[in-house]
Amino acid sequence: MSAQAMATAQKTRGAIRIDDVVKIYDPDGAAVMAVDHCSLDIEAGEICMIVGPSGCGKTTLLNAIAGFHEITSGQITLDGEVLCSAEKPKAEPGSDRIVVFQNGALFPWKTNLDNVSFGPLMQGRLTKAEVKEKALSMMADAGLSGVESNFPGEVSSGVRRRVEIVRALMNDPKVLLLDEPYRALDSLTKSVMHEALLEIYYKNKVTIFFITHDLEEAIFLGHKVAIMTSRPCKPKKVVMVDIPHPRDYGVLTSKRFRELIEETSEAVHEEAIKAFKAGEKEG
Amino acid sequence: MSSRKFSYKALARGLASIAVFLVLWEIGSRSKTWLGADIFTPLRELQGALGFKKTYLPWVGAVPAPTEVLQAWASVIVDPGYWQSWYKSSFRVAAGFIAAMLIGIPFGLSLAVSRTAYGIGFPVFEVLRPIPPLAWVPASIIFWPTQEMSIAFVTFLGAFYTIVINVVGGAKSIDGRYFQAAQSMGSSRADIFMRIILPGTLPSIAVGSAVGMGITWEVVVAAEMISGGGSQVGGTGGGGLGFFIWNSYVGGSYEQIVVGMISIGIAGFISSELLRSLGKYVTPWLRLR
Repeated sequence: MSAQAMATAQKTRGAIRIDDVVKIYDPDGAAVMAVDHCSLDIEAGEICMIVGPSGCGKTTLLNAIAGFHEITSGQITLDGEVLCSAEKPKAEPGSDRIVVFQNGALFPWKTNLDNVSFGPLMQGRLTKAEVKEKALSMMADAGLSGVESNFPGEVSSGVRRRVEIVRALMNDPKVLLLDEPYRALDSLTKSVMHEALLEIYYKNKVTIFFITHDLEEAIFLGHKVAIMTSRPCKPKKVVMVDIPHPRDYGVLTSKRFRELIEETSEAVHEEAIKAFKAGEKEG
Repeated sequence: MSSRKFSYKALARGLASIAVFLVLWEIGSRSKTWLGADIFTPLRELQGALGFKKTYLPWVGAVPAPTEVLQAWASVIVDPGYWQSWYKSSFRVAAGFIAAMLIGIPFGLSLAVSRTAYGIGFPVFEVLRPIPPLAWVPASIIFWPTQEMSIAFVTFLGAFYTIVINVVGGAKSIDGRYFQAAQSMGSSRADIFMRIILPGTLPSIAVGSAVGMGITWEVVVAAEMISGGGSQVGGTGGGGLGFFIWNSYVGGSYEQIVVGMISIGIAGFISSELLRSLGKYVTPWLRLR
């Protein structure tokens, strides 16, 4: 396959279309709408940032794509194939959509290398030796040489996050689903992690569905930033970030970056206030 | 708690603590009245003055001194019956404990994994659990054909409940994200059981076993005392350490009672240490925190 053909092949991998999705939680008769007729198109190889206040229903959307939870109506497709719809409310979890969880879900009883090797070994796509070779080289690429034989509990949380992203990429996913992965990190570690994520992304073009409540993070990383309404959740404003990739931390001080923050922060703030007031009512 | 380095300071502190304990015991036992002053004398006088009957509290003086115990130990150590007691009790503990592991771990895991198994098995388990193992002694003597089996059964019960409860609790507290992650990466149900549930439950199994082992020693000694038992095998050895203590009491050899007690202490300590190191060995990820 020529380089060009490969590039086009990669471009067609991982396009997500969220179409009129509704999710109603009905725990004990009191129906709560978490997602309200939400539609969003994410192109293949795009970093799409989902910004919204805590508890707005962003994670519900992620869980629907991953196949952890059901949807009530609407449809989600991946590269044209239906993941879930009103007829088939729960998608089948699969290695084409890997989640990197908010507080991390590396298996504590496995070494970092064994964690990274887990997916391909489970899927039986490669031999043990091939898996090990691939795992070692991907870890080296992500600057993780030297922690292979450590347990996740022995390394810093920043390193753990990187190991988990490498573990996800080892599955050759079409989509990476990140649920506030850097929430618990301090801001210095966070800035290092952002650049590391972009570096990994430039090497392995996948679609990234990234949930956050940090607007600066969203604009720094994303091609597209979807600002969600407070519960029930749907896109309030979708902004295309026209700062060209590859980006580095210089972007943060650029004029365009500040302009984009200004354009979007009001929308985010409005929703945050709504969420806060709703929380007061519930409490 | 889990300092990996061996510390001479800690060892010295431990030895000093034991030494001080022994010295105090020796003095208390020898002097009968704590260096000439019975601290309870004034209290007794007060009781008398108020017209009550004077009460005498049990005092360390009634207990044989450590040196006397040591002498008794020296004479017992050459008696094969004493070692036979060790062997018997250890054997019963091992038999009951291993049976409890072999039955308790799979049982606990099945309760944790299958809702049906939980629904059927757990109510019965919860009804039987509050019954102290020693309350089973008479029933198990009637039920089991040999005395050996009835003691092993009671010992088994001592460890069984603790192991099952820990396994169920451990398996149920495994973070749901691990299952989701494993499922996304293409794990089958068997993979999830072998690679997530089993290792995820190991720390609880280790804890449950260590606690269960302690209970096993408590139970075996009491069961041996109740069921008696050395008579038919010849000597005191057949009854185990529990019966060794009881026999010493009946025979009026108070030094030997203490010998038996300390022997059990040592046996329990050794088995707990063994289990602790085994537990650390199988859960290396916890050792390194």
